[in-house]
Amino acid sequence: MSAPAAYVRRDMIGPMPPPLAATGFVGWVRHQLFGSVFNSVLTLAGLLLLIALAVPTIRFLVVDAVWDGASREDCLEETLGRPVGACWPFIAAKFKQFMYGFYPDSELWRVNLTYGLGVILLAPLLVPRLPYKTVNAILFFGVFPVVAFFLLVGGVFGLSHVETRVWGGMLVTLVISFTGIIGCLPLGILLALGRRSDLPIVRMLCVIFIEFWRGVPLITVLFFATYMLPLFLPGNWRIDPLLRVLIGVILFAGAYMAEVVRGGLQAIPRGQYEGAMALGFGYWRMTGLVILPQALKYVIPGIVNSFIALFKDTTLVLIVAIFDLLGQLRAAFADPNWSTPVTLFTGFAFAGIIYFVISFAMSRYALYTERRLDTGVAR
Amino acid sequence: MSETATGLRAPPRVALHNNPKVRSAFYQTVLLVILVACAYAFVVNARVNLAAQGFSSGFGFLANTAGFGINQTLIAYSETDSYGRVFLVGLLNTLLVAGVGIVLATILGFIIGIARLSPNWLVARLAGGYVELIRNLPLLFQILFWYLAVLLGALPGPRDSIGLGLQPILARLAGATRWLGLPDAVAQWWQRLADWVGPPEVYLNNRGLILPRPVFGEGSEFVVAVLALAIIATIALGLWARRRRDATGRSFPVGWAGFGLIVGLPLATLVVLGAPIGFEQPVLRGFNFVGGVRVIPEFVALLIALVTYTAAFIAEVVRAGIMAIPRGQSEAAQALGLRRGAMLRLIIVPQALRVIVPPLTNQYLNLTKNSSLAVAIGYPDLFALFAGTVLNQTHQAIEIIAVTMAVYLLISLVTSLLMNLYNARTRRLVER
Repeated sequence: MSAPAAYVRRDMIGPMPPPLAATGFVGWVRHQLFGSVFNSVLTLAGLLLLIALAVPTIRFLVVDAVWDGASREDCLEETLGRPVGACWPFIAAKFKQFMYGFYPDSELWRVNLTYGLGVILLAPLLVPRLPYKTVNAILFFGVFPVVAFFLLVGGVFGLSHVETRVWGGMLVTLVISFTGIIGCLPLGILLALGRRSDLPIVRMLCVIFIEFWRGVPLITVLFFATYMLPLFLPGNWRIDPLLRVLIGVILFAGAYMAEVVRGGLQAIPRGQYEGAMALGFGYWRMTGLVILPQALKYVIPGIVNSFIALFKDTTLVLIVAIFDLLGQLRAAFADPNWSTPVTLFTGFAFAGIIYFVISFAMSRYALYTERRLDTGVAR
Repeated sequence: MSETATGLRAPPRVALHNNPKVRSAFYQTVLLVILVACAYAFVVNARVNLAAQGFSSGFGFLANTAGFGINQTLIAYSETDSYGRVFLVGLLNTLLVAGVGIVLATILGFIIGIARLSPNWLVARLAGGYVELIRNLPLLFQILFWYLAVLLGALPGPRDSIGLGLQPILARLAGATRWLGLPDAVAQWWQRLADWVGPPEVYLNNRGLILPRPVFGEGSEFVVAVLALAIIATIALGLWARRRRDATGRSFPVGWAGFGLIVGLPLATLVVLGAPIGFEQPVLRGFNFVGGVRVIPEFVALLIALVTYTAAFIAEVVRAGIMAIPRGQSEAAQALGLRRGAMLRLIIVPQALRVIVPPLTNQYLNLTKNSSLAVAIGYPDLFALFAGTVLNQTHQAIEIIAVTMAVYLLISLVTSLLMNLYNARTRRLVER
């Protein structure tokens, strides 16, 4: 008895490829950008906005820009007979002022040498794969500041003394940022430890200190350091104006750093403390060898973010008459030799690019370490 | 007997200098002594220095005549008023820019934060670019940019003011139609519409922002009273609607009803009373505007900078808050058939607010503290007036800086207190 042969499919048919319009670039565009009427309207509005912003910006910075010239005449619409974009000769003429302030010409090599040393020591520190991190860190955070101090200030080893009054521009921005970063980290760690201390008076003092500096604007702190601090010190002590500002910045940034470090300390499980105590460690060995290394590792992104904030905040010193990059920029605007309708925008574009590149690089580095540590630490 | 053998023993006797209690008391005493000594030295030094420079101390100077004018005052002020009055003027100006800034920054920040999570790739990228650009530039840089380059540099003088409102948009549309080569009749239609709308109400030029001034005629108290009544009625309606929904499950469109009450009732009263509240329109006469209210360019620049800057940070806070909501919540909302708008409003935002509020408070405080950067462009806020001008005139550095710091500290403490209360309330609601 043979049944009529019937065709019975044993295997499933493989799925058909999705229609061309649903995959690849076309599908992506249809889905992401024109999925619905509302979505299409959004896309079109976004496109219009993008064009309205990007086209004039590129025209200003590149296409219509003036690349060489010697005075304001070269950046005027009347002389060129065409719309004028950025007046880059203005930046070229003021470049030295933006970078070094009024640091004497013959001594500029000292600033450049300091920059060079800083870059040589910093670069290998940022690449996790390179060896000798401890030596490198000691050189960068311990030796470099001392060398830089003597190089920039002078007065020893046959270097002529350069007053901080003539420092300016990027030099001041970097000096304040770097000193603030070096100074606020130890202060922040001490305050954070103090805030979590068992000693009630220490804890209370740390809380008051932290909350006070965090509750007032940085500019009041700078005024405090500039106008009030000299009154509190014996009359014959003359503190350099730049040093006053540095003290203010360190106190202020230290309070913020304390809160970041405290976050890391709180993330350490109790078992770590108990383990350290079981090994017979006292408070300082427990903190220094067990707790802090882990806590600081947790909060590296937070620390870098504080550094970014500090870097941006250095601009405030121009209000107490210390001319950092932004201060020099504003001073340069007053020069009648370069007063054109585009000078302001050119200057802001130049300084903006510098500030943006540095902050953006730092924030990307923070993201990078965050990812790297995320995979490295099993929680 | 066995209990004492295996149980607690008296702690071993340790030397006095190893006793933790003695040590902690000793260290803290030393710390206190050092601090008190420093404070004492500061006071002595300050007294000596002040005496050497011939300045008096104390707050007596607050009653002295200030003798300088201020370009924006919310309360009556003249040059003959005292430094105490200057302090008040500055404080009010700070609160004004901070208050307006907080409201606008919250709105802009929420829009951008939600746009960053938009399923639309382009919109999300644009919002992301905005946040990156703004966050990586110093605030003072941005304030100076808006003030020097845009407000004073790029905006035209009063005669060529930029009008803001419906009419300029319609006129622009008419121009665009012509440019596109569409029939002239269409352009003329736009133009006629623009003419019908009338001249713009708001003007922007390098002397500031010119707004219409509200004029309160006879019977305007009545309208205000109706408005207050409408607000109270809406709150009552909301309470009633919630109780009914809890009891019966039927919801009531409180939003629309409230809108009708708050907007409709006062409008109706206005019409019935013959428009007691009107607006005085600014009119260009000669080289300047007559009528209306002029908002000084310093305020405009500071506000724009503070709002755009803080909004970028608020956007990040909002984004983090929304991303903290488990995916299941939005999937469940979609399964219920809610649209994206309703899903955000009813499911996501109420839960996200719990995460958002504490860092949002911080941003509000930052905005208030950052408003002190007004000193760089000469907006007469508390810091610029008091720690700037008054300090220069009186040289009472200690008193003035201490008072200024105390005010900001107080604002910070009060704001965080209020926000903590709110935070406690939302948390309780969620846990129910």
